Amino acid sequence: MRKTANQKAWFFVLPVVSLVAFNAIVPLMTVVNYSVQETFGDNVFFWAGVQWFEQVLRSDRFHAALLRQLMFTGTILAIEIPLGLVIALAMPRKGPWVSVCLVLMALPLLIPWNVVGAMWNILALPDIGLLGYGVNALGFEYNYTRQPGSAWATVIVMDVWHWTSLVVLLCYAGLMSIPDAYYQAAKVDGARPWAVFRYIQLPKLKRVLTIAILLRFMDSFMVYTEAVVLTGGGPGNSTTFLSIDLVKIALGQFDLGPAAAMSIVYFLIVLTMSWIFYTLMMRNEEI
Amino acid sequence: MAKITLQDLRHSYRGNPRNDDDWALKRLTLEWRDGGAYALLGPSGCGKTTLLNIISGLIRPSEGRILFDGIDVTDATPELRNIAQVFQFPVVYDTLTVYDNLAFPLRNRGVGEAEVDRIVRQIAAMLDLESTLTQRASGLSADGKQKISLGRGLVRSDVNVIMFDEPLTVIDPHLKWQLRSKLKELHHRIGRTMIYVTHDQTEALTFADEVTVMKDGMIVQTGTPVDLFERPRHVFVGHFIGSPGMNVLRCEVKGGKALVAGQPVESVNAGRYRGAGAGLQLGVRPEFVKFASDGIAVDVVKVADAGRHRIVETRLGDEVVNMLQPEDEAVPQGRAHLRFDPAHTQIYEDGWIVD
Repeated sequence: MRKTANQKAWFFVLPVVSLVAFNAIVPLMTVVNYSVQETFGDNVFFWAGVQWFEQVLRSDRFHAALLRQLMFTGTILAIEIPLGLVIALAMPRKGPWVSVCLVLMALPLLIPWNVVGAMWNILALPDIGLLGYGVNALGFEYNYTRQPGSAWATVIVMDVWHWTSLVVLLCYAGLMSIPDAYYQAAKVDGARPWAVFRYIQLPKLKRVLTIAILLRFMDSFMVYTEAVVLTGGGPGNSTTFLSIDLVKIALGQFDLGPAAAMSIVYFLIVLTMSWIFYTLMMRNEEI
Repeated sequence: MAKITLQDLRHSYRGNPRNDDDWALKRLTLEWRDGGAYALLGPSGCGKTTLLNIISGLIRPSEGRILFDGIDVTDATPELRNIAQVFQFPVVYDTLTVYDNLAFPLRNRGVGEAEVDRIVRQIAAMLDLESTLTQRASGLSADGKQKISLGRGLVRSDVNVIMFDEPLTVIDPHLKWQLRSKLKELHHRIGRTMIYVTHDQTEALTFADEVTVMKDGMIVQTGTPVDLFERPRHVFVGHFIGSPGMNVLRCEVKGGKALVAGQPVESVNAGRYRGAGAGLQLGVRPEFVKFASDGIAVDVVKVADAGRHRIVETRLGDEVVNMLQPEDEAVPQGRAHLRFDPAHTQIYEDGWIVD
């Protein structure tokens, strides 16, 4: 193909390029800038090369936070995706209950994230919180401010409460878009409910499930507000996930260089894993 | 396989039907013999899909009964009725191979794998699907998918009836003809009752031995394609079937003779008319109208070439008379005279044939 000589069209994309530059590239480059330099304030910088990256990648603290992050994301995905699917399957398809169910489902999504954290913080308090008091009254020793196990359970239950609705709504929309003819054909073919799920609903939901998994993966991997309001990363470091650790390093210790290097590593992990998820789920899929 | 009887069926989607318009189906009785090829033909909204869903058991009729071989199945579920259905849009199980799609209804019913394999291969051969058996069903073209839908009905030897709901809607025009002849051939080979629902006269007339024409929730006529063409019982059938449809002209009947625009016209049934002469019409198909030296005087207004013949549009006062002319015959210009074939000219009263 011959290249056209007229390059004026570039001027038309200039506004978009400058906008993207200001809201994405410039901030990102600032982080890159910090990640390769040492600073002591007063805008005095010293070149540090890849020193911060080496430090982050070798630090036990980063490894521990990453491991906690992977465990958290893995657990909530393993709960929210199947649970969301089951709830979506159980929801009514028509009638007055549809809107009731949809509103109920949408409610947790409409609550500001720090409010969610605060709600659960109070709800789970062992002395005055309904949940915390109830669990203890049932004979379980439960105190999320002191026991790492309790803290983990609370963070996970809170995330499931907050975000399963998203999976439900996506799956419900996917289910509603399956034409009736499929169900009629399944009836005619004598398919049992399990076969209907396995061969009609699940294949038709593949795309929405991919989206649901991707969204939940990315959001949970970057979880911050709810967890920090609920546990502040504790007790100890037991619920200090990557984002919480990052904030501690950057704003708590003012180690801007290592924090910037960690941000970039963090970003690359999210990007790579999202890409892997997407590629795995979309293989054999004709568009 | 079964004989299907519909007795006094009525259906309304409203809870409390008051007037005639509230009924999607207005009292209809019909019998389909075992092993026949039938078509339900009618415009959109005439109730044919409602009727189909009643037969398959997806809708329970408000009134009346459905019998399979004399057994009342009105309250039976689709599974119990043992029917097969091919839908307007191809329904295949996307993640399964063509083979597994065809095997699906058998495996659901607990048929042994050896038997499944034998039947699936036999049906695949009938449908020319052998070469694609190991492919995923989602990768096939629309006509391939429709063949799979059909195949899933054919693998079960005990199916009472196979129903088609406008199955060629999404098929490319050049494949429609192929798939239609395939259906016809299959019907001859396996001899199962098939009901084909469509609004396309060509599909209905080429597929079925007997066509039921519906309009506004009523059966207008049931008959062979030849009956429908030569002896439409209602002017609607005359209009709906044929291209162009039947000419319908105002007429009078006096002393057993029909008069169109004051001119006497011979017809099959004018002699049987005993009424006072209101709402009378004369119907004659364009195929049975010829130019003549005398007869009904008309003005030729348009000639359209339609391949082997020409469609000539003429005017008789404010009415249009269409006629089909072989392409090698001359068409007069301006004023001309027409003659109607007496054996194919019928008189209708209020739309219905005079009998």
